[in-house]
Amino acid sequence: MKVLMFGWEFPPHISGGLGTACYGLVKGMNHHNQQVIFVVPKLWGDEEPLADFVNASDVRIDYREKRFKKFWKNLTYLEVSSFLVPYLGPEEFKRFTDYAIHDRTDVDESIFSNKFEFSGKYGKNLMEEVSRYALVAAQIARDKNNFDIIHAHDWLAFPAGIAAKEISGKPLVVHVHATEYDRSGESVNQPVYDIERAGMHAADHIVAVSQLTKNILVRKYGVPASKVTVLHNAVLDASIIKSEYEKKVPEKIVTFLGRITFQKGPEYFVEAAKKVIDRDPNVRFVMAGNGDLLNRMIDRVAELRMATRFHFTGFLKGDDVDHMYAISDVYVMPSVSEPFGIAPLEAVRHNTPVIISKQSGVAEVLRNAIKVDFWDVDAMADAIFALLHYDGISRMFKELGSEELKKLKWEHVAAKLVTVYEKTLAERS
Amino acid sequence: MRTICFYFQVHQPFRLKPYRFFDIGEDHHYWDDFLNRNVIRKVAQKCYLPMNSLLLELIHRYQGKFKVAFSLSGTFLDQMEAYAPDVLESFQKLVATGQVELLNETYTHSLAALKSKEEFHSLVKKHQDRIKELFNGYTPKVFRNTELIYSDQIGAMVAELGYEAVLTEGAKHILGWKSPNYVYSNAIEPKLKVLLKNFLLSDDIAFRFSNKTWADFPLTTEKFVKWINAIPKEEQVLNLFMDYETFGEHQWAETGIFEFMRHLPEAVLNHSSFTFSTPSEVAAKVAPVSKIHVPVPISWADEERDLTAWLGNDMQDEAFDRLYELEKLVKDLDDPEIKRDWGYLQTSDHFYYMCTKFFSDGSVHEYFSPYDTPYDAFINYMNVLSDFMLRVKQKKEELKS
Repeated sequence: MKVLMFGWEFPPHISGGLGTACYGLVKGMNHHNQQVIFVVPKLWGDEEPLADFVNASDVRIDYREKRFKKFWKNLTYLEVSSFLVPYLGPEEFKRFTDYAIHDRTDVDESIFSNKFEFSGKYGKNLMEEVSRYALVAAQIARDKNNFDIIHAHDWLAFPAGIAAKEISGKPLVVHVHATEYDRSGESVNQPVYDIERAGMHAADHIVAVSQLTKNILVRKYGVPASKVTVLHNAVLDASIIKSEYEKKVPEKIVTFLGRITFQKGPEYFVEAAKKVIDRDPNVRFVMAGNGDLLNRMIDRVAELRMATRFHFTGFLKGDDVDHMYAISDVYVMPSVSEPFGIAPLEAVRHNTPVIISKQSGVAEVLRNAIKVDFWDVDAMADAIFALLHYDGISRMFKELGSEELKKLKWEHVAAKLVTVYEKTLAERS
Repeated sequence: MRTICFYFQVHQPFRLKPYRFFDIGEDHHYWDDFLNRNVIRKVAQKCYLPMNSLLLELIHRYQGKFKVAFSLSGTFLDQMEAYAPDVLESFQKLVATGQVELLNETYTHSLAALKSKEEFHSLVKKHQDRIKELFNGYTPKVFRNTELIYSDQIGAMVAELGYEAVLTEGAKHILGWKSPNYVYSNAIEPKLKVLLKNFLLSDDIAFRFSNKTWADFPLTTEKFVKWINAIPKEEQVLNLFMDYETFGEHQWAETGIFEFMRHLPEAVLNHSSFTFSTPSEVAAKVAPVSKIHVPVPISWADEERDLTAWLGNDMQDEAFDRLYELEKLVKDLDDPEIKRDWGYLQTSDHFYYMCTKFFSDGSVHEYFSPYDTPYDAFINYMNVLSDFMLRVKQKKEELKS
């Protein structure tokens, strides 16, 4: 089978979990000898040659093609309105206006040019890039007619998937790694929601990364449950990581590692920390990462008068991430809404016992972890205290957790995905 | 007698280096030597060296008629010794003329006066010893607490140490209808005289000098002398207190600030009845008009002239309380390095960087801070303090065994 896949990023140039998941999936598909044409907005040239890569920035658009008219229209509409970006902070506004003044003098020309240099990032002109990506997808679908099915990852690539389907008439599978409800809670960004919804309804079948996500699709996007298959993510490498890095403080360490945003529930970690420190002052809590709630968390930690026991590291990269896992005695992921959440599996690889919220997709696959409701800070504090003090339970989690990890393989996910393709194609004919 | 009393604060903190969570328990050197050295060298070139040589020139030219006072913080003395011996030498020359008075303060420009009398005393003593050592046995007679922080209680502590006078801010909410241009006395210990900063005329030089949107821009010596002549005849003392870095650093040489100072003594001496005096001369010659009541501490910082630049938000209070909790432990240990670091960590600047008053005086705080945000300042400080706490604990256990 040959799949035309639309993503947004691909390792090594990634800024989120989406790229890693795509990489795992493509690798799994390779294992089953399935061919993948993988399109990304921007290729850097150092990607592992696992698929037939297409760099969207290189695709020339034939502007005489009448069938593309609709996608052009979307684009010009966005161009005209894109100066109206509401509610920018002063810094963002400065960056945006600088950009508009210095880089956008050629707006008129660039709309109708037949090639477009994508940034492939998540910037201010994301919406424009998304629409342009759809135009490129239409062109690719017209040129390459040797594929059987289209697969689009997350909303950024949904318009591309829809366009490719319309031009080629081939069935479309959309893959939901996260929804707008996970990212923003109830205050959804309407244009993003609209794109997500349109993609799901245009799709012949939907893949969701967890039952939790599937429930959101059914409840919030009006998708029939029968149209959604749950395929949990896997890990690329399940081997245990032995780190040479040594802890330099005598106390035990409890870690939160992730973006410090609404979705990740950092405030529950802070409140739980206070309860634990009140009972046992010989613990250090670490909040690693960056995000819009960071300053609020710092304020709260100061207010609770525990700043000599609760540390912030800022954004960690490279070896520091491994070091952080290595010196942690407990890893906590208190996410309010986590479609999957790969980080706890990384912690397990470092032999660190984990506590995860019941509102995370990973809770569906990881049996040997303590699961609590994200809002239940008492339960979270209890669990932290238990893992720190009762060696039996943490030892058990270490052993069983790493066993469990070995079962989470991308080739199993890919095998299931192939059956999803087959079923979708069969339903069509 | 009508007189102008110039006093300059000369202070540099030991700024912390970026100290990460991973450094806790391992790295015990907290100071950003490179940055600190650069700042001292930069300010030496722009301010300390040219201004010291200008003052020396004026003192020689006016033979006993022009004089100023300095308070050189201990952290500044230490850094000057390490990074700028040329600057130290130029200060020594100034003091040797006899026309320059040195004031006492806490060694590390600390907020100890607000928290611990014992620590306050020991830091003052240390500063006294250091001044004596560096300036040929000089003994200050007048006290100036960190950032002009003062209250009746603090004044009483200062009086107890035997000082004749103390300097503080002529804060509006303390003075009410009263004028700062008199000598006052402490409400608890009347023998301690209190000199109040005239913040209008001081800030005309320190802050507004180069402000082109100021109605009185540009400030000339003629204009300044006209203003001081307009002060009612019975008001005798004009206290002009400011950061020494005003000259050449806050107000660049290009603004003409050095020229202004070069010609000011001449204009004052020839066209007004004012003379120049040092704080101890003022205290000796001018009788206090009344007591001044300052029940709640004041300072010279920000619009509020209170302590909120250093204390009051949760981050500042947390850092401050955790630091002083260690007092007894540190004193019991009597380890020179631990004692030094504890002193340097007390420097008020660390707390100033954590100030979140973005909307009123945030820009001033930002100008002086090596951090992007007060939150960064807090995290860095707490990481360092966490390591310091571990060290104290370890040393204590070593002593036990």
